[in-house]
Amino acid sequence: MSYTKPKFKEKYANFINGAFVPPKGGQYFDNTSPVDNSLIAQYPRSQKEDVEMALDAANAAKEAWGNTSATERASLLNKVADIIEENLEEFAVMETCDNGKPIRETINADIPLAVDHWRYFAACIRSEEGSATELDANTLSMNIKEPLGVIGQIIPWNFPLLMLSWKLPPALVTGNCVVLKPAEQTPSTATLLMEKIADVFPPGVVNIVHGFGPEAGKPLASSPRVDKVAFTGETTTGQLIMQYASKNLNPVTMELGGKSPNIFFNSVMDADDAYLDKAIEGAVLFAFNQGEVCTCPSRLLVQEDIYDAFMKRVVERTNAIVQDNPYDVGTMVGAQASNDQYEKIKSYLKIGKEEGAKVLAGGDANQLSGDFSDGFYIQPTILEGHNKMRVFQEEIFGPVVCVTKFKDEAEALEIANDTLYGLGAGVWTRDAHQLYQIPRAIKAGRVWVNCYHAYPAHAPFGGYKKSGFGRENHVMMLNYYRQTKNMLISYDKNKLGFF
Amino acid sequence: MERVEITEAATKVVRQLQQKHGPLLFHLSGGCCDGSSPMVLEEEDFYIDESDVLLGVVAGLNFYMNQDQYEYWKHTHLTIDVTKGRGSSFSLEIPLGLRFIIHSRLLDEKESKMLL
Repeated sequence: MSYTKPKFKEKYANFINGAFVPPKGGQYFDNTSPVDNSLIAQYPRSQKEDVEMALDAANAAKEAWGNTSATERASLLNKVADIIEENLEEFAVMETCDNGKPIRETINADIPLAVDHWRYFAACIRSEEGSATELDANTLSMNIKEPLGVIGQIIPWNFPLLMLSWKLPPALVTGNCVVLKPAEQTPSTATLLMEKIADVFPPGVVNIVHGFGPEAGKPLASSPRVDKVAFTGETTTGQLIMQYASKNLNPVTMELGGKSPNIFFNSVMDADDAYLDKAIEGAVLFAFNQGEVCTCPSRLLVQEDIYDAFMKRVVERTNAIVQDNPYDVGTMVGAQASNDQYEKIKSYLKIGKEEGAKVLAGGDANQLSGDFSDGFYIQPTILEGHNKMRVFQEEIFGPVVCVTKFKDEAEALEIANDTLYGLGAGVWTRDAHQLYQIPRAIKAGRVWVNCYHAYPAHAPFGGYKKSGFGRENHVMMLNYYRQTKNMLISYDKNKLGFF
Repeated sequence: MERVEITEAATKVVRQLQQKHGPLLFHLSGGCCDGSSPMVLEEEDFYIDESDVLLGVVAGLNFYMNQDQYEYWKHTHLTIDVTKGRGSSFSLEIPLGLRFIIHSRLLDEKESKMLL
């Protein structure tokens, strides 16, 4: 079964104050599909004045929205979830067109997970309570959570609707208004969502401004009229956003990527069973979403006594990956999201080979034929080498895994932690001691144990080291979008006696 | 002997950006999405300190990289080029529909002796 490129309008607008508004300067940019490099539509090339208009709307709406009941806010989030779910296929096909990822991923992962994050945060706010402590017989300390006000959010292009659904619901449900800038490579599903939910929230509560980082992202991130900025992206822009936040003394959360180790101990091969089959799939998950995942398991660490036998199976499984028309439900790996990513990955394949890495699978671009000959496809690639090579240290953001072997637990940990980043890691073992002790010793915010690439709501996700800070997908995210108001109440009728 | 160079095409883009924005610098990014790519920023916009290594001067712009990232890059020679594309960072060339990109090669023995 196969889908086709969806129909688009010629031109789209920003969503500000509950209405679609063209950019004030009248400038637009062409958004293209990486599937075949064809034009999708024109989106606003917004400037500071457009961002200011959105901030006007958000600031005007924040007081009333901040005073709505949790009941009301949660019910609106549930309404959004229902609307996405009712239109799941439409969102999925559009996401595939805009991002290049295969349709089986958008239908089974991106969009259903997005739905669930809206529902999860609706449930969180209804089930939590503030706190009150009797400090002594006459003194009560009461903690009330209050919204920060206006939140600026800048999201990436690798999971466009899902990243929006990680960031928007916790900010909205805590009573904040949001101005969100989607990535310029993938503006389509954010716009489709606004079309579907235009009347759900009061005007000004949700605002979407399209445009380029230096022209629209910077005025949003640096505005003194924003109370917090949440960003997912790379480290230089992360530093810049923190600099701007320091001027405004604003909090930020940062998710800046990783170079995640996926470690396979020798016990995985103790039997040729369903578990081993799962482990082999776990190693091949580097190709999931074309490797465009912040937690891509891009460093494969295999214990030396099973290395040859295990890698034989991993190479076989990798070579069996179907990379073809992303709209076809049988396709497993699609197109990279843009030409510059495609060029960057090719430059890494080149330096990897120069540094002496041995190609065990793939190793080049994949030139598809017919309608897809102009798309950006890279063969799922396995490079064998050592951890000091640049391909082992830098986030390639392509379907490329670098494999090396280790002797024992100590060496596995040394290699695993020899990275600037600490976002994700995988540990595969049948040994009950290892499956607790190894994850505890890895410096990363998420360690998958005998699994990988699961991102359920209700499990906190975020980085150690240069991968950033803050934890998404979890009830603790609510407090990243709130102030604590402490009311210290005295029930004592008697004075202190000082004056 | 230079550790980092720039192509003619990339130099032209730098000149164009200088005219619009004034003094600029290059900083190599790391991490997610558009990471591991050179960013061009206004000189006064980006805070540089001793944690950044100055790798060289290209097209009149200082080229910096964070010290801990440099430890993994120092054995390679870098050439800054430009390609069609659309990064989502704050790098100034993005509105032109272009993206700076790094081509790398290993330093040869002679270069290693001089530079490392």
